Amino acid sequence: MSLAGFLILVPLLAGLKLLFVRSDGLRQWTVVVATVLLAAGSIALTAGWFPGRLEIPHLGGEVAGAAMLILEVAMGLYIAWVGIRRRRPLIVILMLVQLLPMLGWELHNSRELHAGSNLVIDRLAAIMALINGIVGGSICLYALGYMREFHSAHHPECRDRRPFFFCLLFVFLGAMYGIVFSNNLIWLYFFWEVTTLCSFLLIGYRQDKESTDNALRALAYNLIGGTAFAGAIILFFKGSGSIELSVLIKSIPAVALAPAALLSFAGITKAAQFPFSRWLLGAMVAPTPVSALLHSSTMVKAGVYLVIRLAPVLQGNRIGIIVALIGALSFATASFAAVCTSDAKKVLAYSTIANLGLIILCGGIGTHEAVWAGVLLIVFHAVAKCLLFLCVGVVEHKLHSRDIERMSGLILSMPRLSIMIQIGIAGMFLAPFGMLIGKWAVLKAVVDTYPAIMLFVVFGSAPTLFFWMKWMGKLLEVTKPIVNVEKGIGRGEWFALSLLTAITALTCILFPLISTHLVEPYVIGVYGQSGRLAHGNFVIMTIMFAMVALFPLSFFNYGRRVKVLDPFLCGMDATKVSRFADTAGNVQEVQMGNYYLKETLNEPRLFRIGVASGVALSVLLFAFLLLP
Amino acid sequence: MTPLARLLVYLLAAPLIGGLLAGLDRKISARMQSRRGPPVWQPFYDVLKLWDKENMVVRRSQDYYVFFFLILVVFTGGLFFAGSDLLLVVFALTLAAIFFVLGAYKASSPYSFVGAERELLQMMAYEPMIILTAVGMYMASGSFYVHDIASRPRLLLLTLPGVFLGFVFCLVIKFRKSPFDISCSHHAHQELVRGILTEFSGRTLAMIEVAHWFENVFLLGWVFLFFASSPLAGVCAALAVFVLIVVVDNTCARVKWPAMLKWAWLTTLVLGFGNILALGFF
Repeated sequence: MSLAGFLILVPLLAGLKLLFVRSDGLRQWTVVVATVLLAAGSIALTAGWFPGRLEIPHLGGEVAGAAMLILEVAMGLYIAWVGIRRRRPLIVILMLVQLLPMLGWELHNSRELHAGSNLVIDRLAAIMALINGIVGGSICLYALGYMREFHSAHHPECRDRRPFFFCLLFVFLGAMYGIVFSNNLIWLYFFWEVTTLCSFLLIGYRQDKESTDNALRALAYNLIGGTAFAGAIILFFKGSGSIELSVLIKSIPAVALAPAALLSFAGITKAAQFPFSRWLLGAMVAPTPVSALLHSSTMVKAGVYLVIRLAPVLQGNRIGIIVALIGALSFATASFAAVCTSDAKKVLAYSTIANLGLIILCGGIGTHEAVWAGVLLIVFHAVAKCLLFLCVGVVEHKLHSRDIERMSGLILSMPRLSIMIQIGIAGMFLAPFGMLIGKWAVLKAVVDTYPAIMLFVVFGSAPTLFFWMKWMGKLLEVTKPIVNVEKGIGRGEWFALSLLTAITALTCILFPLISTHLVEPYVIGVYGQSGRLAHGNFVIMTIMFAMVALFPLSFFNYGRRVKVLDPFLCGMDATKVSRFADTAGNVQEVQMGNYYLKETLNEPRLFRIGVASGVALSVLLFAFLLLP
Repeated sequence: MTPLARLLVYLLAAPLIGGLLAGLDRKISARMQSRRGPPVWQPFYDVLKLWDKENMVVRRSQDYYVFFFLILVVFTGGLFFAGSDLLLVVFALTLAAIFFVLGAYKASSPYSFVGAERELLQMMAYEPMIILTAVGMYMASGSFYVHDIASRPRLLLLTLPGVFLGFVFCLVIKFRKSPFDISCSHHAHQELVRGILTEFSGRTLAMIEVAHWFENVFLLGWVFLFFASSPLAGVCAALAVFVLIVVVDNTCARVKWPAMLKWAWLTTLVLGFGNILALGFF
């Protein structure tokens, strides 16, 4: 059996087993073993214990294909039933509109629907597998302890459905492997729909009204993308007689452009770009591991993965420009919106939309430079964003709030966790960490192709700096004596957090290895050349990293040769730290709050503008598709 | 000159020139207000005196951030004068500024906290224009490297007039001069509590002062880059820009931050971006 099939099947089987595991101990073992297998498999796949491009002609292709068809129909009927039961006609219609034509078409053409190779592994697939295995795996380990506490201490009202929950987590991972390995578009579509269904079930895990509503919204939005996906497959088959992704990428524009546009549209819905962003913001009602999974390694990454795959087709044409514009618009709008909110998870969600926007932008530009930047962004974003989500999850359990304003003094109340959050934040936007290298490359790629789009990139980066920094500042600021409350965090959580922190820092040091061994070979394979960071610049980045890494050393000098005083309160000190006497002589507590610029930026209005522009651009996309 | 030689000259000369410019600033300001003003060397005396003062802090670790701010500012200027990639220089500058802001957050006093927030607003206001300047220079000269841009035979100003004006506008914000001295005023006579600097004293304050000298020299070096093909004009232009900023500082009242954001971004959009679009089309 091939490694690719192994990686798809192991999580599916593990998930199936977990569905029937009721005891904590056995679940723990199953999860740990499955995670180790996945991580090891992904590393083996990436480490090149296989020839550069391994094609698996017939992995029991017939049987697997038939099984998928049956499952696809079953899923379609289930979703349609959900739509009827919840009285959402849109869901029923969207499901039937894609299920019936697909079914009819597949049965009608069943003899001709063969892919030369159903699964193809190249470097890009290997990178995605690595992210999925390691980041996704650490989320599963984290979820063990987190979900126990979630039910026992924090949400006793929520029915304990952990077997179902862990089953879904692993099925999700399996489907994600399926997406990145599939070359057969019908297979890809099947796994695509599995992630849609899993995300629906996971978002609705808590079964209260808010969760159910948000889950249904996510389902509806993703079904729109699914419909476009189904249309793309049929369209491409009619034009070329093939159902292979690799053929699509190499086809002439007359054949490939229309299906590529529809597939990119599907990618845009899955990556929660404007106008479809609302589903991702709603998804944060789910338990933290779900958010982490949706935001970092799976789901939204499936969307950007597809667009990056299609980049060669999108390069230099109108469709590509529209896709790039949707990405650029999402980047700028979401970055500004993130300034207005103090809900940590919402800030992270907006930042996800923004960063995915950058990746979609890269795909739309489609030059070798842009694709290089896009793949790097996928890697760095997955790691740092996952770390941040998992940290916020722990903080939320400890503080019973995920409000950034409540995180004041976290550096003393939870020192280790707060340092991890700071590393995560630095990883998201600061030189010399990974994301910044990616953004830098994006900027260069944009300047070399469509300088006008730079407007979005340049103005979108400014608020990014603002909202991350004020969060970091809040963690550091201390006004009153604080007790350490970091005890009682489980081993699984610590392990996942430490691992991700280490990877965030390591990706920064090992960046040239990642670039030369994984990203560049892929880009060269597609374009014949690749973007890269000049050697001199890399040396400078390393020096910068070394300087930042030296910062903790200064704490050896902690408190020497300084005189500690109370903060300056304009002569109004009322004997104790952080209190002052007001004009009436009453003693007041000092309170410091961040700026949210709510009047100036107005989050709901920004969101409306984003959605309206997104709708306009999508309409334009379809207009270009229909016009000759 | 080789990059290494330029780097050495920068490391030795920048504090001297920066200090003298600070002295000149105070002299011009004083003369504009019909005062005699301190000697030009006064900033050096100030720093030496601050160095010997007792170091008072609110949080024990706040000074480390400032120390790294100083190192990174020196590093940024070094990158620039050694002829490195302009975007990398911008990122290093941002990193430096962030350490300064973190120091103020760490100090945890209401005044320095508000100062830190306002400094972030200032960064948000000027950053787009700074990046656009780097991009504009790339589009005009075909390279992001300061070294290549400087050795271009034609005057960059002629292709990038809008970018130049926008850059100078944003320098006022970066120098924290009126009307945009929002996070802290550079002149002690303008306010009693100095925003982001409130809780820094003694040696730490001296470090901040020296960092500003380095930073100013680097930024004026960037002004020079617009005129690099005729060095004399470049030096004169850099000086003229500095004097202009001092004059503006003394003739304008501080504005509120929404006005700063609006003006800075409008300038960036119209002058900077307009210029770059024009470059793209012709």
